[in-house]
Amino acid sequence: MFRNNYDNDSVTFSPQGRIFQVEYAAEAVKQGSVVVGIASKTHAVLVAIKRNAEELSSYQKKLFPIDEHVGIAIAGLTSDARVLSNFMKQQCLSHRLTYGRDMPVRTLIDLIGERAQTNTQNLGKRPYGVGLLVAGVDERGGPHLFEFQPSGMTEEMVAFAIGARSQMARTYLEKNVDKFEACGREELIAHGLKALKESLVQDRELTVENLSVGVVGVTGEGAKRVVEPFKVYDGQDVAAWIEAVADDKEGGDDGDAPAAGEAPAGETMEVDE
Amino acid sequence: MDHRPQAWGRPRDDVYGAYDNSYLQSSGPKQATQSPIVTGTSVIALKFKDGVVMAADNLASYGSLARFTDVPRLRSFASTSVVGFGGDVSDMQYLNRHLTDLSIDEAYSSSTTTTSPQDSSSTTGTLNAANLHKYLQKLLYSRRNNFDPLWNQVLVAGLDSSERPFLASVDMRGTAFTSPSLATGFGAALAQPIMRRYAETEEQAARLTREEAVAVVKECMKVLFYRDARSLDRYSLAVVTKEGGVEISEDETLEKQSWAFAERIKGYGTQTV
Repeated sequence: MFRNNYDNDSVTFSPQGRIFQVEYAAEAVKQGSVVVGIASKTHAVLVAIKRNAEELSSYQKKLFPIDEHVGIAIAGLTSDARVLSNFMKQQCLSHRLTYGRDMPVRTLIDLIGERAQTNTQNLGKRPYGVGLLVAGVDERGGPHLFEFQPSGMTEEMVAFAIGARSQMARTYLEKNVDKFEACGREELIAHGLKALKESLVQDRELTVENLSVGVVGVTGEGAKRVVEPFKVYDGQDVAAWIEAVADDKEGGDDGDAPAAGEAPAGETMEVDE
Repeated sequence: MDHRPQAWGRPRDDVYGAYDNSYLQSSGPKQATQSPIVTGTSVIALKFKDGVVMAADNLASYGSLARFTDVPRLRSFASTSVVGFGGDVSDMQYLNRHLTDLSIDEAYSSSTTTTSPQDSSSTTGTLNAANLHKYLQKLLYSRRNNFDPLWNQVLVAGLDSSERPFLASVDMRGTAFTSPSLATGFGAALAQPIMRRYAETEEQAARLTREEAVAVVKECMKVLFYRDARSLDRYSLAVVTKEGGVEISEDETLEKQSWAFAERIKGYGTQTV
């Protein structure tokens, strides 16, 4: 009776100037479990909550390495993410073959942005139902974090979260945004985990089963440049990090206070200001 | 008046009889370049302690005719590298335009991703000489695979990703190699042995000073002018270093020539054998 007549394809505007198919795709991203990304001067991290369809099944992977220097976190339709991930891998490989270097992250992001946008402008095509956070390092300013949306929108971020209940994580990130740039590897991961915790449903918590952490880093410039390749940590490899932020919760006020044991005392004072 | 381009610049029919156009309409298969037409001769280059020096004369020959005497055959790329072209001049001009487009694209994409303004003037993040050489190799190889080769041998000089001097060659078939000293065309026979006397190995090249390297290359250009009938006494000289970037001088002239040796050798024109 109140059927929407303007959402049959992604090329038709509604009288209000909206393209419903694109908005539905953005909704699909919000259905996916939450992923958080943060970039500092030296590292970019991705952290994600994995979900299992049922008690007896395994957990769906959320983080994927693309190339030595780039990795993605996905929220939304995993099958669409697979297509994008394969495309990105191909592009990085072909760039390496023709130029003998890591593909600049911005160049890669522009390619998927362009590809996703054309999907919103052709009859018979549909937008991707997945959002991405892309973390990578290149020689153009070190670590980068990009957000990608099904509409084709891409944007460079200091820190961001997408997926279910990600607003809570974003609030945490906004509160701490000034600290990230100076953060080291472990501090950055800790911030990522704390942001992730904000988005958890009441009685859920981070476990070695449902947490995934991806890290990529770079130090030095020119001849002294050393890259820590993108690596995904799962299972027992993330136990120590979960432990670190769990201690924190008991020790001090929830969320934005760093661990009393590991962080320098100066930082605790910064929060109080 | 016949406006067809095929009719331009032909002998008058009323004087010379009907022009034979038959060679213009090839009925056979599509033909690509079968031989170079206007050509440049040797390019020579030598590594030294903190950079590379390259030289090529300013002559474009039409067969044995010294047709154009002001054609520089060295160009800089993105203020990081020098490219020297031997072989067909029209293919050199094609590559020149192509590399200009590439460097503009690179400059745009590497400047937009710079988040901190202080390093916007630096050349990090753009293609270095090693990247450029790899790219040219793929380009020339793909052209030869289409049976439409670019009839050039190209030398690329600059710095590699670890900021050490880089020098490499690629020919019209996509064959690529590197060496402490390189020369194309006639120079491979005449200049290469002289340069190897000073820098046969990387270690020896790493001990050469800039002044020594420039002197060796100038001496080689002189020998080439004595012996190569397609050469000229006006030439371009390029030096690329980490500190100074790319310095190209396009109006060098050979100094202190001595033709005394010619008297003892048959074939130097003025003698009657």
